[in-house]
Amino acid sequence: MPVPDMGGEQRAMPVPDMSGEQRAMPSTAGDGARTTGAERSPAARLRGVHIGFGGRGDELPVVRGVDLDLVPGRVTALVGESGSGKSLTALALMGLLPAGARVGAGSVEIDGRDTAGFTDAQWRRLRGTKVAMVFQDPMAALNPSFTVGWQIAETLRRRRGTGRRAAREQTVELMRTVGIPDAEHKYREYPHEFSGGMRQRAVIAMALTLDPAVLLADEPTTALDVTVQAQILRLLAARQADTGMAMLLVSHDLGVVARVAQDVAVMYAGRIVETGALDDVYTSPAHPYTRGLLDAVPDPARPGRLVPIDGQPPAPGHRPAGCAFAPRCPYATETCRTDDPPLVPLAASRPGPATGQHSVACHHSDRVLARATGTEVPS
Amino acid sequence: MGAFLAKRLAQAVVVAFGALTLVFVIVRAVPGDPAKLIVGPDASAGQLESVRSDFGLDDPLWRQYVDHLGGIVRGDLGDSWRLGGSALTNTLERFPATLTLALAALVLTVAIGIPLGMLCARRPGKVLDLVVSTGSLAGQAIPSFWLGIVLILLFARHLDWLPATVDGSPAAVLLPALTLSLPFIGWLARLVRSSALEEGAKDYARTARAKGVPEGTIQYVHVGRNIAIPVVTVLGLLMGNFIANAVIIEVVFSWPGIGSLMVDAITNRDYAVVEAAILTITLSYIVLNLFVDVVYFVIDPRLTPEDA
Repeated sequence: MPVPDMGGEQRAMPVPDMSGEQRAMPSTAGDGARTTGAERSPAARLRGVHIGFGGRGDELPVVRGVDLDLVPGRVTALVGESGSGKSLTALALMGLLPAGARVGAGSVEIDGRDTAGFTDAQWRRLRGTKVAMVFQDPMAALNPSFTVGWQIAETLRRRRGTGRRAAREQTVELMRTVGIPDAEHKYREYPHEFSGGMRQRAVIAMALTLDPAVLLADEPTTALDVTVQAQILRLLAARQADTGMAMLLVSHDLGVVARVAQDVAVMYAGRIVETGALDDVYTSPAHPYTRGLLDAVPDPARPGRLVPIDGQPPAPGHRPAGCAFAPRCPYATETCRTDDPPLVPLAASRPGPATGQHSVACHHSDRVLARATGTEVPS
Repeated sequence: MGAFLAKRLAQAVVVAFGALTLVFVIVRAVPGDPAKLIVGPDASAGQLESVRSDFGLDDPLWRQYVDHLGGIVRGDLGDSWRLGGSALTNTLERFPATLTLALAALVLTVAIGIPLGMLCARRPGKVLDLVVSTGSLAGQAIPSFWLGIVLILLFARHLDWLPATVDGSPAAVLLPALTLSLPFIGWLARLVRSSALEEGAKDYARTARAKGVPEGTIQYVHVGRNIAIPVVTVLGLLMGNFIANAVIIEVVFSWPGIGSLMVDAITNRDYAVVEAAILTITLSYIVLNLFVDVVYFVIDPRLTPEDA
C-alpha cells in the first residue's frame, strides 16, 4: 500500500490535516520546570501525561504527570526501576499501550500533533516514520516464522510500496549498515539462526527502515550478553549521530545511559523526580533517589563502596500520600509524607541545551546537593 | 526425515494391528448368527453347518483370528457374502464418495471457521465472540442424524434449494457436507480465536504494529503462520473425524460411501466388509496423521527432523 507522504523529506513536509487538531503550544514560560534552550522544536513532546489501567486510565495510575521533550539530535535517557512507568511512557509515544492501559490526562504530541483521539490508521502512519521503537528482547520481538530479511523488508514493501527486489536490496544494505556481516546470506535466515546481538541489530534495522524522526529504545541491551551490550550501544549512538534523529533511551542501567545520553530523566513511581543534562545530574544529583541509584553502581575506583537503596518502590495504587520515595528516603521529614514535591528548577542550575534546567522534585534537594559536594551528611 | 518417517510408519503398523484386533473381537462379540442370516431363517441344520464350514465360522476363534491376520497381510480380507466378490474391492469402490464428502466438509469448516475465529479474536468478549462460543457448544450438542434431517426438511423440502439425496449434481454434496461440518465450524473458530489471541499478544505482533502493519495483515500473516501448527493438527484430526462420522450422515442422505456400506454390512453380519471398511478408515486416519507430521516441517522453520 503506497503511502503518499513517505518521501525522504518527510520530516520537513507540512502535515496537511493537522490544523484542526493542533493545540496551542504550551508556552515555555508557563511551563514551570522547563525552558527549552534548543532552536528546533521537539519531535515528540509529553505534557502532564498520566497513564493507568482501568476506567479512563485512572483506576490504577502507573505514570503520573510526565513531561518530556525529545529533540532532534539529542539522546534523552529515561531511567528508573522496573515498574516505574518508563516503558509505558515509551509505548504511549507509539500508541502501543498494552490492553487496558490508556493515557488518562495530559498530551502526547508527535511532530507537533496531539495524538489524543488518534485512530488506528493515524497511528499507523506515524509509526516507523515519526516514531520507531527498538524492543528489549530481540528474540521475542522477531517473528519466529519469517526470515529476518522478510521482516525488515516488509516495512518498505507495505509502507512505501517498494517492489520486492528493490526492498530486498535496500534491506541488505540496511543490514550492512547496522553491522550484520554477510547480509546477503543472513537475509534468508530465521531469527533462531541469529545470535542475540545480531537479532538486536536486526530489530534496530527494522526500526530505522523508514528513517524515523524519533527512535525509542526500550532497554535495548538488557536481554543481551554483556560483551555485545557495548556494541549495540555504539551502534545506536552512531546511527543517532548520523541521522540526527531524537532518541529516547529507556534503561535501568546508569552505566548504559552514561555512554549514550546527553540528557537524563529519572523516574520513580510514575513521576519524573529529577531531570537535566547528564553531566549535571550525574555529578550533582539533587534527588535522594538519584543519589541512591548512583551509589548503587559499582565503581572500580572505589571497591567495596556499594550502597543499596533499602526497601521496594511502592506498587501503583499503594503509593503514599506525599513523596512516593519518602518511605525509603534517609532525608524524609514530616512534610515529605504529606506533600508531594513538584518538579522545580534548581536555583543554581544553568539551562541545558535541550531538556532545560536541572530540575528536581524534592523538598530537601539542598541537603542532598550539599552531601554530594561533601559539606553535609544527613542525620 | 527418512528415519523420522520410518519411525512413524512403524508406529502406524502397531496402531493398525490394534484396530484390527479390536474390530475382530467386537464384531464377533455382537449377538447374532451370521450363518442364519446368510441362508435365511428357514434353513435346515445341515445347510447351516455347511455355510459355517465354508466361511470358517466353526473354527476356534484363535484360528479364525490367525487366518484373518494372514489374509490381511496377503491383502485378502475375505469375500462379502452379501455383495459377492472381495470385501476390500467392494469397500474401495465406495471410498472415493466418502472422501469427496469429507473433503467438502473440511473445505466448509475451514472456509467459515478460520475467518470466524479471526473475527472473534479481533474483538474478544463482544457480541460475535459470544454468539460463536455459545453456538459452537450448541453445534456440538446436536446429534448429527437429527441435524441432517432438519437440513433436508429446510433446504430440500421447504426451500427446495438443494437436493436431499444423490441426484448426480455436484450440489448434492452440500447438504451432507454441511451436516458433517456444522458441529465443527464453531469448534474450529474457537480454536483459531484462542490461538490467535495468544499469539497476537506476543512481542512480535507488537513489533509488527510498531512497523505500521495493519491489524488484518498482522492477524492473517504474522500471527497466521504461527497458529498454523495447531490448526493443521486439528484439521488432520477433523478430516479423519469426517471420514468416520460419515457412517451416520451417509445413511441419512443415502450417500453411496463407505459409511452406508458399513452400516449395511453390520446389520447383515457381513464381517469381511465391516472389517475392510474399518481397516480403510483406520488407515486413512494414520495416513492423515503422517501427512500432518510432514506438514509441520514445511510450516515451522525451527523444526528439524531430529525434533520428531
